[in-house]
Amino acid sequence: MLQTTQISAYADELYTALRERQMVQPFSERTPEMTVEDAYAVSNLLLDKRIQLDGEKVIGKKIGVTSQAVMKMLNVYQPDFGYLTDAMVVDESEALSVSTKMIQPRAEGEIAFVLKRDLIGPGVTASDVLRATDFVVPCFEIVDSRIKDWKIKIQDTVADNASCGYFLLGSQAADPRKVDLSTCGMVMEMNGQVVATGAGAAALGSSPISCVVWLANTLGRFGVPLKAGEVILSGALVPLQPVKAGDYMSVSIGGIGRTAVRFE
Amino acid sequence: MSTLSRSTINELAEHLENAELQAHDVKKITDDYPDMDWEDAYDIQWEIRRRKEARGNRVVGLKMGLTSYAKMKQMGVENPVYAFLVDYFNVPDAGTVKVSELIHPKVEAEIAIITNKELKGPGCSVADVLAATESVLPAVEVIDSRYENFRFDLKSVIADNASSARFVTGGNVKRADQVDMKTLGVVMEINGKVVTTGAGAAVLGHPAASVAMLANMLAERGEVIPAGTFIMTGGITEAIAVKAGDSVCVRYQDLGTVSMTFV
Repeated sequence: MLQTTQISAYADELYTALRERQMVQPFSERTPEMTVEDAYAVSNLLLDKRIQLDGEKVIGKKIGVTSQAVMKMLNVYQPDFGYLTDAMVVDESEALSVSTKMIQPRAEGEIAFVLKRDLIGPGVTASDVLRATDFVVPCFEIVDSRIKDWKIKIQDTVADNASCGYFLLGSQAADPRKVDLSTCGMVMEMNGQVVATGAGAAALGSSPISCVVWLANTLGRFGVPLKAGEVILSGALVPLQPVKAGDYMSVSIGGIGRTAVRFE
Repeated sequence: MSTLSRSTINELAEHLENAELQAHDVKKITDDYPDMDWEDAYDIQWEIRRRKEARGNRVVGLKMGLTSYAKMKQMGVENPVYAFLVDYFNVPDAGTVKVSELIHPKVEAEIAIITNKELKGPGCSVADVLAATESVLPAVEVIDSRYENFRFDLKSVIADNASSARFVTGGNVKRADQVDMKTLGVVMEINGKVVTTGAGAAVLGHPAASVAMLANMLAERGEVIPAGTFIMTGGITEAIAVKAGDSVCVRYQDLGTVSMTFV
């Protein structure tokens, strides 16, 4: 457990790192006694700063650490989450500037859920998620760690808003009742070459729906709902891909559609 | 140009086929014949095929192997490899595979097609393949290299009929215009746990590209893909080792499931 002064100092550090595009030394190295709860406390303070100092608005949430590969890397066998704000949105028509906006970006292909009803855990089931989902869209999340050289333990990434950077939603939407979100295939292409493929079941060995169930039930314990209109990023289905200025990436999802992002 | 004599080709074919039939492993053949070339390697494979047919086995299809760009780059080659499938390789869906008949089996999820027109290279394209595709169906291949510890080079693996051993197809068949083979997802489960996932594009960008390449490679030997040929297009997922007691189920987007138990 950390002192509240330490938690608030870490939030200040991360806020500055985010704004100045700097990296900080891993908190888990500096204070090994830091717990995951401490990390969420840092994340919440960081979000408060973005809201109070910059007027950012929360428009959704993201789920991370959903794949076997990332779980093994972090030696953590449950997901984590972060907040999405309006300042993180990239439109399909825009290029994302690596040199002015990011530090060490990596692209993730995901399925995003857009909700039409609130989901309030605990007790939320897969059926509840289907009922509450307006539609799903292909999505790129461009993660970016403020922790030096991505040397993250679970405490570091949770504190750093689950390493969220920017996200881009595709404009082709699908009804989740009409596509099998467990077997739908994902093809990620980088500069015209297929770099990775996967399918929905890469998410928690089950389906992206299970990730949303987990988030609704986890937040429900703290009285936080997933709200109608919010966007929920359900986690990467293929390995993260480091990106640099000049790269062009697309992701195609069977039965849902395709989106693409350009980096400059 | 071949470098091996006909009698050496015949000996190596017998040697490798015996390893398959008796389920024991052997050293890779390029250790003793380092100068053998691609043509020699396929000559050995075709001789194994001739031996099986002479014994009354029927060739029931063709398959492509080494179809991922990553694997080809790793092995320093520009082409995948092809091989043939005979009747006794086929195991029915939900059937059993006897590990005692195999050496060190691994499973791979694939997309298969059945053609309704002859495909002939050179110059066979993805469009030609799609126009000649009668149906698309799910298939799981059980590969079993006859080489010690699955360690081989490309020429050795071609001679060994590209590790072909068993295959299982599912009955949920679609027409080519009903599925998007590129984004078609597969989920492989062993004993109820997801072990790997992938999508059709893992096969040379599109499974039909693999069939086009097959037609073009066969053309080098003056062969064609006859109408009505069953073709397994190549592994979408990595090959996963299995043992007796394992139950494998592969779920496909739009193509149902394929399952088998190893005993």
